[in-house]
Amino acid sequence: MAYEVDGKTITADEEGYIVNLADWSEPLATIIAKAEGLEMTSNHWEVVNFLREYYNEFQIAPAIRVLTKAIGKKLGPDKGNNKYLYDLFPYGPAKQACKIAGLPKPTGCI
Amino acid sequence: MSEAIAPPVGDYVPVPRLREGAMRDVKSFKASANHQSALGFPETLVNDWRERAVQRLGELVEGSRALRVYLDSCVKCGACTDKCHYFLGTGDPRNMPVARQDLLRRVYRRYFTWAGRWLPWLVGATDLTEDVLDAWYTYYHQCSQCRRCSVFCPLGIDTAEISMAAREILDCVGVGQKYCNEIIGKVHKIGNNLGLPEPALRNTLDGLEEDVRDQTGVDVRFPLDVVGAEVLLITPSADFFAEPHIDGLIGYAKVFHQAGISWTLSSEASEAANFAMFIGSYAQMVKVAQRVRAAALALGVKRIVVGECGHAWRVAYAFWGTLIGPLDFLDPRYPRPQHICEVTEGLIARGALKLDPSANDDKIVTFHDSCNVARATRMGDRPGGQLAIPRAVIRSVCAHFVDMDPATIGDRTFCCGGGGGLLTDDLLALRVQGALPRMQALTAAVAEHQVTHMAAICAICKSQFSKVLPYYGLPRDMVVSVHQLVGDAIVLGAKE
Repeated sequence: MAYEVDGKTITADEEGYIVNLADWSEPLATIIAKAEGLEMTSNHWEVVNFLREYYNEFQIAPAIRVLTKAIGKKLGPDKGNNKYLYDLFPYGPAKQACKIAGLPKPTGCI
Repeated sequence: MSEAIAPPVGDYVPVPRLREGAMRDVKSFKASANHQSALGFPETLVNDWRERAVQRLGELVEGSRALRVYLDSCVKCGACTDKCHYFLGTGDPRNMPVARQDLLRRVYRRYFTWAGRWLPWLVGATDLTEDVLDAWYTYYHQCSQCRRCSVFCPLGIDTAEISMAAREILDCVGVGQKYCNEIIGKVHKIGNNLGLPEPALRNTLDGLEEDVRDQTGVDVRFPLDVVGAEVLLITPSADFFAEPHIDGLIGYAKVFHQAGISWTLSSEASEAANFAMFIGSYAQMVKVAQRVRAAALALGVKRIVVGECGHAWRVAYAFWGTLIGPLDFLDPRYPRPQHICEVTEGLIARGALKLDPSANDDKIVTFHDSCNVARATRMGDRPGGQLAIPRAVIRSVCAHFVDMDPATIGDRTFCCGGGGGLLTDDLLALRVQGALPRMQALTAAVAEHQVTHMAAICAICKSQFSKVLPYYGLPRDMVVSVHQLVGDAIVLGAKE
């Protein structure tokens, strides 16, 4: 499949994860989110930006525990939990948020 | 992708109404050329696929007396028909184990038996056609290789072996499954299913040390690549990433800490899973398992302990001896791999852990037997240890434990619905429906005993339940790791 951003076609795999990570941009993230039925809010961006920062350092998305801890430190303990993340990304924070952040899909027994 | 819809739970329905072709269009994504070539398989369907498939089938029945017997001996008694969770959940008659087996059996008869060669119409033998190949791909990826049907088969036919053989043939003609083959490629390249590189693993483990210190004030270590440790822990990489898996990992660390056992994880062998079993590839199984042997030797460990992972325990318990043995460098008192549950139970039995079960007083717990553990392995030194030991561990740390319906536990346990290489989003419709029998038993236990949590010892089961429980109106976080319960009940630093 593919996404259209500003007249450019961005290639994605069967599940909607972009193939070339360098293709990512904020407008693209908004479009991927829309395809997932999500409207990006500042809360969504907090998570997406953290995922991208972590990925740049470690070449993989963070463990859910690492993510909740980071969000909790930044936004307070009432947001540093799974429920908050699932409210933002109902299909599951690991996969759905990675898709929007333009990162590869985490694989395995998850 | 088909929409995932949970069937009504209802009362126990022994045999659902047949829904011919109901799951015909539910197909797992196929492996790309890259995923295929990384494992040495043809990148796409080869031109002479028919000849190659028949040849590979011939090699497989030649190499495995068991497979030949399974293909030869079905008498169509029907005992298996209503034993598969995917049939019970979908009503698709092709998900009856006998029908699934027959997809391969008919072709085997056509090319490898006298009657099938000369009188195919009399013995249900069929040519290998494109439609047949397509049906193989579809329905052998709707089998979680859980082997529940084989428990009820009077001839002991093991559908999982047939399903593995079919997937191996498909791979050899260039039709692989994306989920499994991409993952096996990551193990070869990075060392685990997740693709978690060493710095990220170290960062995650450091974070867990900090968390446990913050919560308990005790310095529980999560060691990585420590040469000279006594124990090498081989655990599924989901334990480093997913919920509730990671709480299980914290539990293992607390057990080792409190028992004073020096242990380490390995960045070289940071994966217990061996998906090569799911695709029936012996060569790949050896290659994946070799990382464990190499890491154990490099770190000079004396024992290998396996974390909560169902099929990994089958591979370790039943196959490591052949795949990477002899493990004669291990301490003679622990000559074979041990399951973390048997380690913990042994420590509890000799009073090496101080436990406070009241930490779990807010829970009424039941236990989901994982198919590979329950039906393909043992733990400890007693028959049935694989069923008794996890329960003994839970009872030691929880005051309130109940079992689900006896027809759905032990060696008759129902698959979670996501095993055998099917834990992928593209099969979500199948996974949700296949979970039905377990959800019926769990729902009944909730109603009768007010069960609040279901513990499991398999990464796939935990992820599958986290995903499908909400479809059945049950909370996602109802599923917990057995060692989460242990970890919460251990009184740290209380040793004399």
